[in-house]
Amino acid sequence: MIEVQNIRKGFGEKIVINDVSAVMEDGKCNLIIGASGSGKTVFMKCLVGLFKPDKGSILYDGEDFTAMDDASRKEIRKKIGMLFQGSALFDSLTVEQNVQFPLDMFTNWTLGERRKRVQEVLERVELKDANKKYPAEISGGMKKRVGIARAIVLNPKYLFCDEPNSGLDPQTSMVIDKLIQELTREYNITTVINTHDMNSVMEIGDKIFYMYKGDKEWEGTNKEIIFSKNQRLNDFIFASEFLRDAKDMRMLEQTGKIDNNRNMDDLIR
Amino acid sequence: MKFIQEFGRYILMLKEMFSKPENRKVYWKEFMHQCNDIGIGSLGIVVIISVFMGAVSTLQTAYQLVSPLIPKSSIAQIVRDTVLLEFAPTLVCIVLAGVVGSKIASELGNMRVSEQIDALEIMGINTKTYLILPKIVAALLVIPMLIVISAGLGIWGGRLAGQAAGIISTTDFDKGLLNSFLPYNVFFAMVKAYVFSFIISSVPAFYGYYVQGGALEIGRASTKSVVVSCVLILFADYILAAILL
Repeated sequence: MIEVQNIRKGFGEKIVINDVSAVMEDGKCNLIIGASGSGKTVFMKCLVGLFKPDKGSILYDGEDFTAMDDASRKEIRKKIGMLFQGSALFDSLTVEQNVQFPLDMFTNWTLGERRKRVQEVLERVELKDANKKYPAEISGGMKKRVGIARAIVLNPKYLFCDEPNSGLDPQTSMVIDKLIQELTREYNITTVINTHDMNSVMEIGDKIFYMYKGDKEWEGTNKEIIFSKNQRLNDFIFASEFLRDAKDMRMLEQTGKIDNNRNMDDLIR
Repeated sequence: MKFIQEFGRYILMLKEMFSKPENRKVYWKEFMHQCNDIGIGSLGIVVIISVFMGAVSTLQTAYQLVSPLIPKSSIAQIVRDTVLLEFAPTLVCIVLAGVVGSKIASELGNMRVSEQIDALEIMGINTKTYLILPKIVAALLVIPMLIVISAGLGIWGGRLAGQAAGIISTTDFDKGLLNSFLPYNVFFAMVKAYVFSFIISSVPAFYGYYVQGGALEIGRASTKSVVVSCVLILFADYILAAILL
């Protein structure tokens, strides 16, 4: 579990994160949503220690990450896996070598054991026949899978995903979302996801934090979000006519007043 | 003010570079990779420059030595000392600042911009130790070797050109090479080689590591690192000559 207590982060005069508190639970997909510039990425970078908050604490299973010395922080970081927006794969290494890199660095396993683990993880993310390819030779969706494989190869306790669906088609986005959700449940990982994707919000948002101009504006689940009365949240989430209609349908569905025979034609009008 | 800030940041980068490696084998592999990239990768251009540099030195020295009172073997002496004292260490290092320096700056800059450095940080790796230290140590090992090769090839190029142009026979050239040879000059050349190697590797690493922005900034950082390295090499060249000669 990750507990964030009143963190604040600014750059010069500008306050980007303003006294945000949150609890990210184990075995759940915790989504951070918000418009561009709302402070999501800075918030996540504070969580993983790439930025030091000006104020407040971040507790990883009760241990204060912000007050630790470098050696203890390194130990926590070994339990963290992260999928970056652009995948951040090492260009000079093949897919297999990218996934093997954390094992090479942090384990004393034999080469055979490391290769076996790499194969297991690549199979888990359903990546076949790409082991010897370089990042430049594979598609965006495949890069994300490799990124996920690299992030989970050391069995992390915490998984961070920065916009895992950016640049992907809707179908691939769904596959990546499902994969992250399955891994979260399977290994009881605390997963934190930064996203703009409303599909992800509805499909895998076990817990959602809505950020607005550096503040946490709303918190709830994907079941609760459609009933939210928060105007800013509604304006952000249900920005289009199509999404507003979809929300109405989901509300009807959940209150038991939906006609199950209604199809997409009704929705599209 | 900006210069002081940048210099302070550079010193801090060098200080933070020294930490215990997470895994010696992986660091060794990276070090060997850098030795290959910097050494073997630059060997071709060093060979070409050195041979022509020596050859031109012989021709131009002969052109200026018009007095019949000066023995022909003096040409070899002048070529030897010019190549040893200045051409091999300084000229080659200025070329390497372009070849190796721009590569280091753009490689690290690209890693920074594409979040590969962040990915390593999150894994718990000291990125300065893993990415910068092997480059500097590799440069300190292989660039002096390249300078030695360059000095040898420069003198050989001069000998070859002297014979081909009918200016000086190989016997006279070899005789001249041994006349009034000062081993201290070799020591001086090696001191220069180590100082310049450090500049060539650490300055571009600094500019590449701290790049902010996108592709345009990587290009700018790469250019700036080459310019600053060249200026520092020339400045260090003067200081070393003033102190050691």
